[in-house]
Amino acid sequence: MLDGTNPFVRFRNVQKSYDGETLVVKNLNLDIEAGEFVTMLGPSGSGKTTCLMMLAGFETATHGEIELGGKPINNIPPHKRGIGMVFQNYALFPHMTVSENLAFPLKVRGMSAGDVQEKVKRALDMVQMRAFGDRKPAQLSGGQQQRIALARALVFEPELVLMDEPLGALDKQLREHMQYEIKHIHENLGVTVVYVTHDQSEALTMSNRIAVFDDGVIQQLDDPVTLYEKPENSFVAQFIGENNTLTGTVEALSKNVATVKLEAGDTVKALAVNTDGKGGRTSLSIRPERCVVSPKKVAGLSMLKGRIEELIYLGDHIRCRMNVAGNDEFIVKVPNTADQLGLEIGTETHVGWQTDDCRALDFKQV
Amino acid sequence: MSERAQPLLAADGTPLKRSIERSLRRQKIEAFLLVAPLLAFVLVTFVAPIADMLFRSVENQIVAQTLPATTDALKEWNPDVSALPDEAVFAALAVDMKAAVKSKTHTRLGSRLNYEKTGVASLFRKSGRRIKKWDLAGDAPFKDKFLDLDKKWGDPQLWQLLKLYSPVYTSGYFLNAVDLKKTPDGVEPRAESEQIYILLFQRTLFMSLAITLMCLLLGYPIAFLLSHLPMRTSNLLMILVLLPFWTSLLVRTSAWKVLLQQEGVINDVLVTIGLLGDSDRLQLINNQTGTIVAMTHILLPFMILPLYSVMRTIPPSYVRAAKSLGANDVTAFAKVYFPQSVPGIGAGSILVFILAIGYYITPELVGGTTGTFISNRIAYHISSSLNWGLAAALGSILLIAVLVLYYAYDRIVGIDNVKLG
Repeated sequence: MLDGTNPFVRFRNVQKSYDGETLVVKNLNLDIEAGEFVTMLGPSGSGKTTCLMMLAGFETATHGEIELGGKPINNIPPHKRGIGMVFQNYALFPHMTVSENLAFPLKVRGMSAGDVQEKVKRALDMVQMRAFGDRKPAQLSGGQQQRIALARALVFEPELVLMDEPLGALDKQLREHMQYEIKHIHENLGVTVVYVTHDQSEALTMSNRIAVFDDGVIQQLDDPVTLYEKPENSFVAQFIGENNTLTGTVEALSKNVATVKLEAGDTVKALAVNTDGKGGRTSLSIRPERCVVSPKKVAGLSMLKGRIEELIYLGDHIRCRMNVAGNDEFIVKVPNTADQLGLEIGTETHVGWQTDDCRALDFKQV
Repeated sequence: MSERAQPLLAADGTPLKRSIERSLRRQKIEAFLLVAPLLAFVLVTFVAPIADMLFRSVENQIVAQTLPATTDALKEWNPDVSALPDEAVFAALAVDMKAAVKSKTHTRLGSRLNYEKTGVASLFRKSGRRIKKWDLAGDAPFKDKFLDLDKKWGDPQLWQLLKLYSPVYTSGYFLNAVDLKKTPDGVEPRAESEQIYILLFQRTLFMSLAITLMCLLLGYPIAFLLSHLPMRTSNLLMILVLLPFWTSLLVRTSAWKVLLQQEGVINDVLVTIGLLGDSDRLQLINNQTGTIVAMTHILLPFMILPLYSVMRTIPPSYVRAAKSLGANDVTAFAKVYFPQSVPGIGAGSILVFILAIGYYITPELVGGTTGTFISNRIAYHISSSLNWGLAAALGSILLIAVLVLYYAYDRIVGIDNVKLG
């Protein structure tokens, strides 16, 4: 924490509405520490970009306070906030060369020509684009434009950099490469980054913490491991990574273990995370890689009967689609080991998991 | 890459290039047939008449055709001495005139030469009537007979004129169009009272520039606003911009007459609210003000449309990026938005300027004497004075001026920087 008291960026009870009828952002509270890499992740229309634009100053909050470095910035125009920003389509000025683009934020700050040149050179070096200073943006590839956009957002040494789906237009390979590059730049410069994306693998790769947005609300804010391993509601469980869902009713609740009667009739035990108590409906979330397929019951695991519907060979693992307790989209990732069990389509077999890997969450119809 | 010694062959052994040509020939023929009707139409109705008009600006066969023997005989005569040509020339003239009177072409020659020297037309008409009765064999010598007929035939300037204009091609129309004239001693400026075309060209150029600038000043903010509104609203407002196109040009211009005249709406309002005395009503029409106001209104959509379509393509993220980088509103506009709207300004300005420079109806109706354009003078020579050669020369100069300006624009701004959308 900055000075041990205030976070670097703070959203306090922020609301945003465009039409006065619906809230795009509902009561947002979010603290971001200096030097953190925080990603706002969510489907389109979840309010994540609106939050970023409010932080940048291009949208005004309908209600609530946004603070930067302990000071409210609601009434500060964007150009005085000193926040670097990388846009979805880079927004490199097409009529300026790469160097002129990089020099722009320095020149508007009235920096001397010598300093400008020095900083532009260093910024180009940082993204390994030194040879491209005299080109126009249109003469660069997508990845190169992306790097220049990044360099331009960093060249005036802002303490906070916002990125709005900056890798969306790149092909998969380049996107993955740029993820590492952005991560390394963040680690080297120690700058605070707020990153918006709808791509979960991008979020998991780069972030210190991820805020999962849905319906204008942060559903969960945690580091990538916690978010994946311990989703707190059905939306997060389904949105992050692959997930199997079984629905049922809580029959008994003891400490943190819930006994759930599935709609198909079986009863299983699950870790009670987010249930309405005894008698409430619940969605069980089980990760495909935490399931075991076995012809016989295994001691210590919750087991259910299942029928193998489809097998897809993926090299390192076999993706096995099963019909379990009425859900025929139940996926199990079977590791590709020597004892292959001889999986065959149509086989009636068992599927099992540790009770702790099965999380009883809020009910959500699949 | 290594050079290939052998040309590439298609599967059947013919060179690949020829195979491609053959396969493309059909496409080319189809493409040509598709444009052929329009091409023929344009050639017949547009290109050919223009070429004919341009040719008329230098064409001068009438003297040599009507008076073939005279022009021949005049070759010997030295126009520098102020003596009259000798009897041979007069005899040739008598023969030519007799023939011309018979075919009734002498009056046409008279009016042609009247463009250069007033009084020639009546001289030819008068002479024609008398020469009809002459006997070519018995009435020689003719020199005295001509001088007897009208003493203007004894004016060396008339003979100089005939000799000057006997070649088949002449630069006379063009010289005339820039307030110069041909004399035996070379090119000389016309008398100050006769100088009019240079002034008209200057006025046309200046007023077209003024109109273009006005359109830009008025159109830029409108286009900016339209391009930043949601599509639905901007489409609705665009209809308002295009509304003038739904009304006849004549009606719109006449409406300006109603508004601008001294007893018109604007003056009445100013007098009623007491800003003006009844005696000093403003002269808003039949002068340059009237022309500039009316033409700015009429040409404004031609500025707004290209501006709008270019501005629509400028993503808002550019200005946002500029602001996030620390530029205030003015800097972001001047350094980032404006440069990207320049192609629209270029397209709109060229469109408006070229339309304005050749405009005719509006200056004719609201321009009075001080607000008329060169095109009004061209129209006058085409339909009233029937001096088509001069009209063609004026038109050619206008065309060349536009091309020169276009070229200059290309060099300064770059024609690639013009975008219509």
